[in-house]
Amino acid sequence: MTAVVEQTSAWLASFTQQPSAAPWLEELRDAGFRSFAGLGFPTTHEEEWRFTNVAPIARTTFELAAPGSGVGLAAVQDSIRIVFVNGRPANLPQRLPKGVQVGTFSGDPDGVQQHLAQYARYQDEAFVALNTAFLGDGAYVRIARGSVVEQPIELVYLTGPSAQPVVTHPRALVIVGAGAQCTLLERYEGPDDTVYFTNAVTEIVAAEGAIVDSYKLQLEGRGAFHVATLQAQLGRSANFSANSISLGGALVRNNVNAVLSEGTEATLNGLYLVNGGQHVDNHTTVDHAKPHGTSHELYKGILNGKASAVFNGRILVRKDAQKTDSKQTNKNLVLSDEAVIHTKPELQIFADDVRCTHGATIGQLDGEALFYMQSRGIGKKEARNLLTYAFAQDIIDRVRMLSLRDSLEKILFERFHENAG
Amino acid sequence: MALLEIKDLHAKVGDREILKGIDLSINAGEVHAIMGPNGSGKSTLAQVLAGRELYQVTGGQVLYEGKDLLELSPEDRAREGIFLAFQYPVEIPGVSNMYFLKAALNTVRKSRGLAELDAMDFLNLVREKMKLMDMDQALLNRPVNTGFSGGEKKRNEIFQMAVLEPRLAVLDETDSGLDIDALRTVAGGVNALRSPERSMIVVTHYQRLLNYIVPDFVHVLAEGRIAKSGGKELAVELEASGYAGLGIYDEEEAVGKA
Repeated sequence: MTAVVEQTSAWLASFTQQPSAAPWLEELRDAGFRSFAGLGFPTTHEEEWRFTNVAPIARTTFELAAPGSGVGLAAVQDSIRIVFVNGRPANLPQRLPKGVQVGTFSGDPDGVQQHLAQYARYQDEAFVALNTAFLGDGAYVRIARGSVVEQPIELVYLTGPSAQPVVTHPRALVIVGAGAQCTLLERYEGPDDTVYFTNAVTEIVAAEGAIVDSYKLQLEGRGAFHVATLQAQLGRSANFSANSISLGGALVRNNVNAVLSEGTEATLNGLYLVNGGQHVDNHTTVDHAKPHGTSHELYKGILNGKASAVFNGRILVRKDAQKTDSKQTNKNLVLSDEAVIHTKPELQIFADDVRCTHGATIGQLDGEALFYMQSRGIGKKEARNLLTYAFAQDIIDRVRMLSLRDSLEKILFERFHENAG
Repeated sequence: MALLEIKDLHAKVGDREILKGIDLSINAGEVHAIMGPNGSGKSTLAQVLAGRELYQVTGGQVLYEGKDLLELSPEDRAREGIFLAFQYPVEIPGVSNMYFLKAALNTVRKSRGLAELDAMDFLNLVREKMKLMDMDQALLNRPVNTGFSGGEKKRNEIFQMAVLEPRLAVLDETDSGLDIDALRTVAGGVNALRSPERSMIVVTHYQRLLNYIVPDFVHVLAEGRIAKSGGKELAVELEASGYAGLGIYDEEEAVGKA
């Protein structure tokens, strides 16, 4: 208990030093901090955190990153871009297509209040609680009922360099109206030479029949801690995809949680590349709350060096959720002797007329395929790179946002060649 | 000077000795058939020539164009002009046939001091060679050998050979699993590649292939050694009397044949 008090009291100081906010926000903050103070940081004694030790986060004293300016950030064509600098929205798009609203929480308190913190569980998740305790003027995106938005909506989270360890608590809320359609990209970036902690929460609410394609590109700096929760609340017959590409950071935890309604279709894809001493933990929860839901999940990992990774895929099929169709696959390619992967499916099925399958594989590069390529003149290193890239290929193929697919192909191509060199 | 000179070659896999002293000399332009019962070491010889690490060479020498072949990595052998058509071509999901072949051709060309082909020249070359093998161009965009039928895989091997233009081609049981039409196509492709500069080693269990690819020499392998050598009539003799007629019997299936 003492340890918890010590850890949380360090955060109390910065909690109390926050600028004041609207009363409803302050109420949420208080609830968040109360919860965090009670929970403390999770330890490896807890099943959900068994293989991810967050002690390096708990024992570091972080300052709240100073608000940054978005001046000088280039505008991009053909996308709607919201740029967070040091945890706060600094740059909002000037022109928006019909049916799209973008703003900060203070710009639409009534609309935001209905949804904010209603889905992500600050009550029992310490990092969500901590994010909620530091709620400020986050960003919201609202897509009007029936609107089809062609341009991707990008949320870019930048952390600037700092001599001291800094923390940001970015928060976003995306509200998609009935029958509306949109593509979202969240991108996280920061400097390699700064110790910083991104503690992010994004809530997505998709109404009946909405179609939401969401992507996350995690490109944090080498020394970064990154804990993020994507919480999706999905309406009847909605179609949702979450694609999580995790490439950066030192200690990373990605939580993707989706709650399905009747006839909802959810696709969760993920790709994680770890090297050196990196640790990346992907925890997903698919909550089939109502009948006729479909979920497909494919996560692939490539591990090298002394890196470690975790995949934990929880599928919850509630008593009412008859005719659920759920499939989960996790595949890992281990390139070194010292890399470690922990993979665990977690199926909790309370309905009796469902189809749920799951599978996990851990393997190395195929020696036969390597020799086959070499026998055609392709050098061993290049053959290894090609096979490694090929392993990631089906996740990249599933990316429907073309500009992202292009940049991913480029990033991965360079990454594999750098590893070989 | 012979293109390939194998002297007293010994090789083993694990603790099991498979090649027990092979002597073979192949001149430019010659086609040599290597026949023999299961487990006699035919495939092992083919794989050793291509540089498969699974097999450990324990004695003897292999000279290719006068150089020590066994010193070279598999990729360097390919760049020097050796090609192995696999008995079991490997599936590589996620790598397209086109990309694979272009990467292979350009490394081989580079090592021969030739410029890399641009996309259009490459496509033209590939189209011409596909026609030769009666192959569907759609196979180019599919992952290497993935989901190919047995016949498509074997054709794909000879197609790769046609594109890479080796000096020494080793065909490892290219006839196995082929129906007569596919066999004719494959043999036709091979024959089109015969030239005074190019030598071939055709490894086969059955004489049938040699009706279509007529060899200059036939060698019968038994228990890791060449038991008998002769002209093409030796294959016919084998067809009539079987290996038993020569006093040669199947060994138990060799280990690690894959």
